[in-house]
Amino acid sequence: MAGVTLDTVRKIYAGNVEAVKGVSLGIEDGSFCVLVGPSGCGKSTLLRMIAGLETISDGTVNIGDRVVNEVEPADRDIAMVFQNYALYPHMSVYDNMAYGLRNRGTPKDEIEKRVKEAARILAIEPFLARKPRALSGGQRQRVAMGRAIVRKPQVFLFDEPLSNLDAKLRVQMRVEIKRLQRALGVTSIYVTHDQVEAMTLSDKLVVMSGGQIEQVGTPSEVYRRPETRFVATFIGSPPMNILPGKVEGPGRVSVGGQVLNVTDMRDGLPPGSAIEVGLRPEDVQAGGSSSSTLAMNVDFVEELGATQLFHGKVAGAEFIVQASTGQIAADTRKLTLSVDPGNVHLFDPETTKRLGRV
Amino acid sequence: MVESRRYRNILAYFTLTVGIVVVAFPVYLAILASTFDAATIINGNMPLLPGDQAGVNYPRALFSGGRMAREPVSMMMVNSFIMAVGIAVGKILISILSAFAVVYFSFPLRKTAFWVIFITLMLPIEVRIYPTYKIVADLGLLDTYTGLIMPLIASATGTLLFRQFFMTIPDELLEASKIDGAGPFRFFKDTLIPLSMTTIAALFVIQFIYGWNQYLWPLLITTKGSMQTIVIGIKKMITTQDALTEWQIAMTTAVLAMVPPVLVVVFMQRLFVKGLVETEK
Repeated sequence: MAGVTLDTVRKIYAGNVEAVKGVSLGIEDGSFCVLVGPSGCGKSTLLRMIAGLETISDGTVNIGDRVVNEVEPADRDIAMVFQNYALYPHMSVYDNMAYGLRNRGTPKDEIEKRVKEAARILAIEPFLARKPRALSGGQRQRVAMGRAIVRKPQVFLFDEPLSNLDAKLRVQMRVEIKRLQRALGVTSIYVTHDQVEAMTLSDKLVVMSGGQIEQVGTPSEVYRRPETRFVATFIGSPPMNILPGKVEGPGRVSVGGQVLNVTDMRDGLPPGSAIEVGLRPEDVQAGGSSSSTLAMNVDFVEELGATQLFHGKVAGAEFIVQASTGQIAADTRKLTLSVDPGNVHLFDPETTKRLGRV
Repeated sequence: MVESRRYRNILAYFTLTVGIVVVAFPVYLAILASTFDAATIINGNMPLLPGDQAGVNYPRALFSGGRMAREPVSMMMVNSFIMAVGIAVGKILISILSAFAVVYFSFPLRKTAFWVIFITLMLPIEVRIYPTYKIVADLGLLDTYTGLIMPLIASATGTLLFRQFFMTIPDELLEASKIDGAGPFRFFKDTLIPLSMTTIAALFVIQFIYGWNQYLWPLLITTKGSMQTIVIGIKKMITTQDALTEWQIAMTTAVLAMVPPVLVVVFMQRLFVKGLVETEK
């Protein structure tokens, strides 16, 4: 087993396009790290550099205590699961899993033992003789994971492995991946653009944007205390509402003249300066007699079954409120929202960084 | 509606039938002619039903040859077969390797290399016949199988075909191979070749027929009767100066010349249709 350490890793493509801009990251041995971000944020490139499928323009990648910058993918002691599975179409499921081991000269009975074991864990024993085309998407996904497991690698790399599956299967496979990783205890790095996968799978969540890391933390840290406006709006669904506001004084901001109390606010912000006020749709309550309130005009309501989303405007800006169904009458046109001071997130409009307590 | 569809069907079948008759009749005529003796063919009143001379003509053509081309047709067929298989196999080998290089390796002037190969499409053997002849002659390869086969092996068509196919193979397959510890050669042998089987079969059919039908090149570089190919043999049999053309032997030879390509098409077609149906990436 081994952890993975990245030190100011850069990827510069021809034409001076910088896809990864100096990423440093430590991934502890045995942990499940998820890289999440919108497409083009460099998360896949970073993963492929760890795998050895892309050259590293600058910086170092360590697997365990070994620098692997110049090591061939096969010698990095990693296994990768691809988005389209990348199973060898002409080989049986058994051969797909055995191929890597054969190439390394593993003895035949050892190969058989490992493949059978992996097939048992993944419940694909009945399909060992089949070709990949005779399998369903979920089964192919399992074979791809089996191919990774039999290698007994130091690190598992997953490149959006669930995005080709339908919604139901995705949830099921997500749980299985998590369970499998727990059982095997292998360090895993998982790339996805799906924040639900990111939140549910990770021990360590890395939010990326524009080739840089925006925030690293546990899923709940990232959700509760987003470090930048990007993270605040990327993690959470529906996304956090961002309202333009003004600093009124210590622990006090205003939005369109309505004053809100704030617990997590940096000291020494000059009164009158512009600030961005972030509120999660699920963190505001309709009604109540709190001292911090906002007035909202409702435009329309979306039904989600258990909850309802009220879309409208607060102080001229788009705003969404999430409430349990029945809590607010669906034909409500004007809402008074009470805001808990602990749920207000403040961001610098210039740098987009969080303006919380240091 | 129903009426007009039936009418159209009849028209379609009629057109197809006419087409088949037009294409098949000369072939039938050749087969027919191979079953008569010379006199029957020459007097111009050949019946439209097979005669009884097949038992005479075929053994004679196969094992002793005609009066003008003295070599037995069986030997010519062996020559043609060696040449056609040599060209087909050679072309496949060369083009699959060059496509592999052009698609999967980045080396200086890769694009140029590809375009140079591409341009040779415009230079068939007829255009470069003099320099090619000179080289083959200087290498002492006249009247050899190597001389017959080698100049015809270079194939832009094959390279292009394999290149297009390789480009449809997902990159992840290569990457998975890399992680599985397969180097370039292993990837080629274990993944690319098995996936290319249908393309290889298709190319083999095309190139076998191309090789089998070669006329100009073998005509130039073979002088010995024992190196003669069947296409040349037929030509020799029908151009006679002072004697009567032995049409029955020429036609028998023509029919025999058709057999191997037909077998290759029939046999390989099944293989690559099966492959086409099964392919899924």
